[in-house]
Amino acid sequence: MDFGFNADQEMLRATARKFLENECTSELVRARMADDAGFTAQFWTKLAEQGWLGLVYPEQYGGAGLGFVDLTVLMEEMGRAVMPGPFFSTLLGGLVILEAGSDAQKKEWLTKIAEGEARVTLAWTEPNARWDAAGVTTTAKAGGSGYTLSGTKLFVPDAHVAQALVVVARTREGKNPGEGVSLFLVPAGAKGLSVKLLPTMDQTRKLCEVKLDDVVVPAGALLGAKDGGWTPLARVVERATVALCAEMCGGAQKVLDMTTEYAKIRIAFGKPIGSYQGVKHKAADMLVDVENAKSLTYYAAWAVDENVPEAALAASMAKAYASDAFRKVAGAGIQLHGGIGFTWEHDLHLYFKRAKSSEATFGDATFHRERVAQLINL
Amino acid sequence: MDFTLTADQETLRKRVRAWLTDNIPTEWKKFGLSEVPRPEAYEFLRKWQKTLYDAGFIGLTWPKEYGGQGLTFVEEMVLHEEMALQKAPPILNILGVGMAGPTIIAYGTEEQKKRYPAKILSCEEIWCQGYSEPNSGSDLASLQTRAVKDGDHWVINGQKVWTSLAHVADWMMLLARTDPEAPRHKGITYFLLDMKSPGVTVKPLKQITGDAEFNEVFFDNVRVHERQVLGGVNNGWAVGLTTLMYERLALGFGLQVRLRITLESLIDMAKRMEKHGRGVTKDPVMRQKLAALWIDTEALKYMGARAVTKLLRGELPGPEASAGKMGWVDTHQRLQELAMEIQGPYAQLARGADIAVDNGVWQYSFLRSRANSIEGGTTEIQKNIIGERVLGLPKG
Repeated sequence: MDFGFNADQEMLRATARKFLENECTSELVRARMADDAGFTAQFWTKLAEQGWLGLVYPEQYGGAGLGFVDLTVLMEEMGRAVMPGPFFSTLLGGLVILEAGSDAQKKEWLTKIAEGEARVTLAWTEPNARWDAAGVTTTAKAGGSGYTLSGTKLFVPDAHVAQALVVVARTREGKNPGEGVSLFLVPAGAKGLSVKLLPTMDQTRKLCEVKLDDVVVPAGALLGAKDGGWTPLARVVERATVALCAEMCGGAQKVLDMTTEYAKIRIAFGKPIGSYQGVKHKAADMLVDVENAKSLTYYAAWAVDENVPEAALAASMAKAYASDAFRKVAGAGIQLHGGIGFTWEHDLHLYFKRAKSSEATFGDATFHRERVAQLINL
Repeated sequence: MDFTLTADQETLRKRVRAWLTDNIPTEWKKFGLSEVPRPEAYEFLRKWQKTLYDAGFIGLTWPKEYGGQGLTFVEEMVLHEEMALQKAPPILNILGVGMAGPTIIAYGTEEQKKRYPAKILSCEEIWCQGYSEPNSGSDLASLQTRAVKDGDHWVINGQKVWTSLAHVADWMMLLARTDPEAPRHKGITYFLLDMKSPGVTVKPLKQITGDAEFNEVFFDNVRVHERQVLGGVNNGWAVGLTTLMYERLALGFGLQVRLRITLESLIDMAKRMEKHGRGVTKDPVMRQKLAALWIDTEALKYMGARAVTKLLRGELPGPEASAGKMGWVDTHQRLQELAMEIQGPYAQLARGADIAVDNGVWQYSFLRSRANSIEGGTTEIQKNIIGERVLGLPKG
């Protein structure tokens, strides 16, 4: 048993931290918040050069062939830097292709993703804001030599800068909503596809509304088996949830670091505020939240990597905990900074908002606690 | 990162599992599965610990020559996990096993190491901890119990309080002031005190539960031979802190495991109870609370695993060790509060009422849990420690 990172992973952490300290400064994050794209082509090329865009894909598809524990390290560092841009959305799209796609589809798309030539997002959720199979109401009707897709997808990350979208659609109605969901790879320029960028509270995360108005795709656009898309999708979401938790842990740790440093230098009543127990104890509570979130996330990363039977439970435990922990830690960080923490100028609000958007992604703490309850047979 | 066990560790797991199945006495059920040793169970638990010792299932990480098994913390974790799964009885001599033994092994002379640890494991000799005094609790370094040199003996006068198990203990880890002129952390010595020494008086204190599990201990010219000093004269603060570090680490596993056992019992109870005309576990709010406790309990387990990994790699445990105790306290107290909430009006019925839920064991453990955030360092002190030693914030 060894519940820690190995030397290669520690090296990846050091490399990522150094890279992001240079390439993802507060100033650059803010510039990306203000523009629609949320990233620059130059930055994307650098991510590709680092090998991070294909980190978890097998080498035969142009990836680095690493696992989810390695990805955890990278995501923690990206969370620490509140890195904007379509990295996570492209991971989502890529993972679905890896999970469900044919060898030819994987070869084509994963290679392009890893090389930085394509971004693929996941168009799954809808205005009903459900995370279950019954929430998929967008339809795909077979006809001619392909399918016709109709419906509205909401909260689709970075659809406006993606070359293709993995669209989750219903190909069959039935008693069990999970049976009858299919996955389609739809090119961004397809006729009848419209993408609207939505103003978001967390400006580092760009979300879109995607309308499919009789979008016709060929049969070859289908990823995996017709009607059999829910199982691979659920598996991808489970894994991506763990990656998201890692990003949240990195953000929470950064807030704790900023707050601790501030508490050492900010003087009130003649002493550093960190010497007062009202501040010190709150900082200790933050540390407990951060460490617990990490413990659950690291375990979940190992569990999904090894595909152990407990993986689904581990992922839900991590997301339930991290959702509350990041929000609480970011809120406490603002509180302990006082007025300066409430300003636009200070970076704390970036983390506070990221905490909120991450909490709302793939189910919040309440959703995942209920899932835990089911998985432990309550 | 790897959670898999070696073939030897898997073998140990199977061996422990089979052994526990055969050896947990059926009699244990009648004590009502309390996670804290209760007075009426002392004799039973003394025998249980001896049985564990004879089978080689206690003190796994202690060196073989001092009664242990010379294994790593991984084997220790495996053992504790299996004990949790089978709801094994707790260890009575927990202060000896968790604190006195490891401290003696770390600081003791060869003679001391040969004399004490094995009997701690076998429960032949029960230990208590003489730290807190009426005027020295969280501010332990202010302790006033005096030890004055007289030939090759030290003469002890003073008082300890909140001393768990002193009424049944054979030995005490005693901190006393040997140099009142020195700075307060530098004039304290750690003694291994025979509780049968003339001049030692133990007065049980009835606590919030109605049980008398802890005591006042008075010292009236108690003579202790100088060979009973552990780790050198005036070095008691460092030795005592080591004890507390072991408490956090080693007891950490045990605590997490007991928590898991209690949580399983709570879920069991919840499945039998009704609220507003439906099963408690069908109530969405109750499901949330139970799931939250499950998650927090698992978090403690992995936090422990991270600390063990650091130990195995020869590193010192970091923030995860300090965070562990605080996390345990909070989770356990919430668990006990939920146990009461689930029972609704039945929460008012205590042991003796024949319709009390589970014979009133939850009422006892609910009350007992209030001590968790006080004993072994209050939550406020733990937060100071985390703030100052882990986060590096300035002292107040």
